[in-house]
Amino acid sequence: MELLIILLIPLIATPICMIPLKKRGISSWVTIIGTLAVFIMSSVVAFHPVLPARVSFTTLGGWLSCDSLSALILVLVSFVGFTASLFSLGYMRKTNGEQSPKGAQQYYALYNLFLFSMLAVPLLAHIAVVWIAVELTTLFSVFLVGFENTPGALEAAWKYVVLTCMGAAVALVGVLILYWGLRVAGAENFTWQGLLEVAPKIRPVFLKTAFLFILIGFGTKAGLVPLHTWLPDAHSQAPSPVCALLSGIETTTALYVIIRLFPFLQEIPGNSASSWFITFGLLSAGVAAFLLIQVKDYKRLFAFSTIEHMGIILVAAGLGSGAAHLGAVSQILAHAVTKSFCFFAAGSALLVTGTRDISSVRGLIRISPAAGISLMLGGLAIAGAPPFAVFLSEFSILKAGLSAGHYLVIGGLTLFIAIAFCGIMSHINQMVFGAASGPPVRFVLPLSCKATLALAVIPIVALGISFPQPIHTLLQFAAFSIGR
Amino acid sequence: MVQLNALAGALFVLTVFGIVGMRQVIGSLRLFVIQSLLLAGSACILGYEYTSVHLFVVAGITIFTKAFMIPWLLYHMLSHEIHARREITQVLNIPTSLLIAAGLVIGSYFMVRPLLDIGAGAFLKVNLPIGVAGLLIGGYAITVRREALPQLLGILTMENGAFLAGVCIAPNLPLMAELAAAFDVLIIALVVGLLTRSIQKRVGSTLVGKMTSLKEE
Repeated sequence: MELLIILLIPLIATPICMIPLKKRGISSWVTIIGTLAVFIMSSVVAFHPVLPARVSFTTLGGWLSCDSLSALILVLVSFVGFTASLFSLGYMRKTNGEQSPKGAQQYYALYNLFLFSMLAVPLLAHIAVVWIAVELTTLFSVFLVGFENTPGALEAAWKYVVLTCMGAAVALVGVLILYWGLRVAGAENFTWQGLLEVAPKIRPVFLKTAFLFILIGFGTKAGLVPLHTWLPDAHSQAPSPVCALLSGIETTTALYVIIRLFPFLQEIPGNSASSWFITFGLLSAGVAAFLLIQVKDYKRLFAFSTIEHMGIILVAAGLGSGAAHLGAVSQILAHAVTKSFCFFAAGSALLVTGTRDISSVRGLIRISPAAGISLMLGGLAIAGAPPFAVFLSEFSILKAGLSAGHYLVIGGLTLFIAIAFCGIMSHINQMVFGAASGPPVRFVLPLSCKATLALAVIPIVALGISFPQPIHTLLQFAAFSIGR
Repeated sequence: MVQLNALAGALFVLTVFGIVGMRQVIGSLRLFVIQSLLLAGSACILGYEYTSVHLFVVAGITIFTKAFMIPWLLYHMLSHEIHARREITQVLNIPTSLLIAAGLVIGSYFMVRPLLDIGAGAFLKVNLPIGVAGLLIGGYAITVRREALPQLLGILTMENGAFLAGVCIAPNLPLMAELAAAFDVLIIALVVGLLTRSIQKRVGSTLVGKMTSLKEE
């Protein structure tokens, strides 16, 4: 029942946001309250004492289900959804101006639909319907990416929709082949649960072909190199709260579907899924780390860092030991909370300075201490400096890889993380502490933006010190469901 | 029946080639409608053969969304673009493109060989390779064509290819999923159409291939 309510809240909020009311700001408050309710409900589901590792909650005649891995994604989507809606309140007022209430209504209606589609991905049990939900995450977010209606934003939106729809069509063939294999093996229902039951009986050729199609198809959406070209554009041109959703969590939901298939592939002889994961992961992390160095736009900087993190998660999932899987799910958690914070900080910097160009932002800390400090914190946290969440998860991945004897892979990964660290920090450092050309003009951020920054920084710091017991249990179960 | 299905498959490949080779937008759109009708035809033949009402419903949904709704939507949103009497700009010239498309068809046969080897029926031997060919050539059309509407038709061709394979390999997917997928395709056409319109308003042309302000230095 909870699962159904979680999906219904954003769906109900959408038409409410569209009601043309005289009073401004209704739609934003409806969205904030709705997303807060979704976050509370999701936490109830995720930290439910009986949420088991594998055997899932099912409701609505088996159409919705939830196990620990999907509960993790669910909590992250709802958390970022809530903080981003809070950030939107101040951000959209400043950028969209007071003059266009219609634009704000459209924004919030699309925001709720986008959130709905992302919540649906982990909750839907039926794999064909999961494909549709992933496709809908693209379609509902296209106009959010192009929301600012500049030529650049429209170009980014176009690349985004064309490339991810291409990917989705490829993934569709994969899903259908998987269904075929399932039917040949004699299974009745095409759900994650059903797949788990008959996986050993499915012929390897079906699983392998389906996996490759889905890896390429949804890999496009997750931003894996060489299919990443749309990602830095879309993730830099969208309004900052939308970037937080896109980068923090949308890529992860696509990756979630790929990772879900991983346990079934480990059972076949000559397990090739691991090597595909490690190859694609290292390639993404490596290419992104080098591209990070040359960026001129600080939102692009964080977008490339997303590609890098997707690569790290994929490598960790591919390493295959239980410890590495725990690292992978902690990395998913750490990346979602940290990257969304980074985009809130970048959005604040954009509000303060009015430019996305790295070289024209100098001495941010003197113009707006809040924006400067949070950009610095965000940069340090996402680059993997201690004592933040990403450091802990990356460290556990490297440790797990070394103890399993994957020296070459871990060596490469460490190198790429180090390069990315230098790239991110050199840019951020100049922006925050560089010498400004003129005397600083103080700028006060909107209250809701400051509140979001304060709220979003809590999990980054707290999870960097230690994982509280309920979260640790959730992560352990989630890691278990990636393994066999 | 097998031969009838093979005929539908062969004509489907021809329409896919047409999507790459057509010089004007209106022609491509008409070909897309024919292509969707052929997909529906193949679904009907398979439905008759497997005595499955389900596939007839799929055929009905396909005709409704792809042969009526999508062209109607596009006519209303972008009638100026559709009737533009100019050649579609593309990166490679048409003969080269057709040659590459032919290569992709052969390639797709090799791609699905391992799946066909495991005792598949006669219908499968037509629908699966042709579906994958539609997928690949649709993707190719998106990369070489520089204008918005032809790229949209490329995406829809890819989907059609996937569904042509789908009616054969997954004939009893739940109806709910089929309906949602049809709805999804409609939204693709709607979203991309609206985006094309705002690009035309803002940038002044729909030559999306020329939009290259965002890139790495």
